[in-house]
Amino acid sequence: MAAELKPRATREAYGEALLELGKRHDNVVALDADLAGSTKSGQFAKAFPERFFNVGVAEANMMAMAAGFAIGGKVPYASTFAVFATGRAYDQVRQSIAQPRLPVRVCASHGGLTVGEDGCTHQSIEDIGLMRLLPNMKVVVPADFNQTYGAVLESYKTEGPMYIRTGRPKTPFLYPEPPATLGRGADVLREGSDISLLACGIMVVRALEAAEELKKRDISAEVVNVSIIKPIDVDTVAASLAKTGCAVTAEEHSIIGGLGDAVQEVAAEYCPVRIGRLGIKDVFGKSGTPDQLLEEFHLTTEHMVGLAEQVLASGK
Amino acid sequence: MVTEAGSGHPGGSLSSADIVTALFFHTMNHRPDEPKWPDRDRFILSKGHCAPVLYAALARSGYFPVCDLLNLRKIDCHLQGHPDMNKTRGVEISSGSLGQGLSVSVGMALAMRLDGLPGQIFTLMGDGESQEGEVWEAVMAGAHYKLSNLTAIVDANGLQIDGFTRDVMNVEPLPAKFEAFGWTAKAIDGHDMAQTVEVLDWSRSVDGPVAIIAKTVKGKGVSFMENQAGWHGKAPTVKEAEQAIMELRGEAVPGSETPAEGETVGG
Ligand SMILES: Cc1ncc(C[n+]2csc(CCOP(=O)(O)OP(=O)(O)O)c2C)c(N)n1
Ligand SMILES: [Mg+2]
Repeated sequence: MAAELKPRATREAYGEALLELGKRHDNVVALDADLAGSTKSGQFAKAFPERFFNVGVAEANMMAMAAGFAIGGKVPYASTFAVFATGRAYDQVRQSIAQPRLPVRVCASHGGLTVGEDGCTHQSIEDIGLMRLLPNMKVVVPADFNQTYGAVLESYKTEGPMYIRTGRPKTPFLYPEPPATLGRGADVLREGSDISLLACGIMVVRALEAAEELKKRDISAEVVNVSIIKPIDVDTVAASLAKTGCAVTAEEHSIIGGLGDAVQEVAAEYCPVRIGRLGIKDVFGKSGTPDQLLEEFHLTTEHMVGLAEQVLASGK
Repeated sequence: MVTEAGSGHPGGSLSSADIVTALFFHTMNHRPDEPKWPDRDRFILSKGHCAPVLYAALARSGYFPVCDLLNLRKIDCHLQGHPDMNKTRGVEISSGSLGQGLSVSVGMALAMRLDGLPGQIFTLMGDGESQEGEVWEAVMAGAHYKLSNLTAIVDANGLQIDGFTRDVMNVEPLPAKFEAFGWTAKAIDGHDMAQTVEVLDWSRSVDGPVAIIAKTVKGKGVSFMENQAGWHGKAPTVKEAEQAIMELRGEAVPGSETPAEGETVGG
């Protein structure tokens, strides 16, 4: 872990990387729906006002407009909160972006419960699932500031549509500097032999902590940061499952449709092993501080340790 | 309340405070001791982020204890960051995702008409919110079904999150837009209590749906919040809250030269 760096939110990395892309490439345009300050697209807006389009509170219009920009040869980055980017504008993302396979980057901030006090209306717990369901859509959930920064820079060259989820809270650094590429999107951050902990987003740091805790209990946990949820790196995930023989997945998302399901699908086809899914158990969120919510919805290091022990106890 | 919560939306709550006050304490027939009374008028907060003004009105009406307000947005409090009809007594619909309240209101108005219920629906929206296309789908439907039991109020404070509405995405002229869709529209000063009360009452008697475009000041009554986009969704500090409350009460603020602004109509 790059512990010496002060935690920073992944949405801030989006803002800085977008600004950098604007400097490097004239055909990058950005859109936002009255949340430029929160999603951090505002930095780009300030530097390149002629290439920034704030459509107002009109997410559906924004997504279809982004499709139009892509058809016109631009590389559009469209940002708003995850709940609105996916839920509110789902049909526009589906029909105008995903199906025609247009290079629109849907960059959604405020993923998950850690939105906090705004409550369930603003907490996106199903966005990864919604985006994963769309053919052609690449789904990326970076784990820290640097990985987000690298992912956004790399996205410029990516073909086809892409969904990038960032978060509101400050998050510890895991990568000492922005990686040049996400690669195939599954980084083994720690090797282990008894159980695999496959996590994404803010849960990766908790998976590393859980592995440390499990070590004290003589359990060797492997930690894999799965930053590309789709297309998932089948080889790395299956290899880890084969090596350890069981797993826990962890995500700030519903246990239905997200990373947990993606890993289960790999397991079912290539390496059937027991898997425990740590995630939101098919309920909506509520108001509270991010830490209180992570505790209440069982998304802490301790809960991950507990689930790992449970999975191990039930036999491989 | 918002200070205690540490987050929330004071600007749009204050701009609509006069309208909400007129509705809850003059215009609407409602029974705080019987929230589901079938004959009641309904208040729909479409711009759900302004939950603080709704919660204050509900508490002061007697739907729940006023002391609950200090637990706004806290874990395990029924007062969620955005209104939740299943958690808070007196909240008619869950809202927070902008642009949907008028559609829900159209459905409710039709259901009430089918059941022969006498209530009027008063739906409060934001001017930024009116940028959502769905709003205009609902406006079309309201006219199509000739919903005389529907009154929409737009809190036209001219601001949204990223700045002035006219700069971000112009929504004006709102009255002409509603009229073009077949509504009766009326522009008022949303801080002129006499006018607000009169027009709200009048809207019941109009054939077909009525849109009231209330010109307001975002952050109304708090000198440092007025017309500032930055106060859309930020909690005041304890000191700022103390000053705000004194100004709203019309008391002189100690240590400040300017006496607190009175309720100068048209402000
Ligand atoms: C569908 C949707 N998109 C975005 C938001 C985030 N948001 C909350 S308030 C707001 C601005 C609303 O402006 P306005 O309607 O004018 O409200 P007011 O000025 O009365 O506070 C936005 C964009 C939201 N709540 N819902
Ligand atoms: Mg407004």
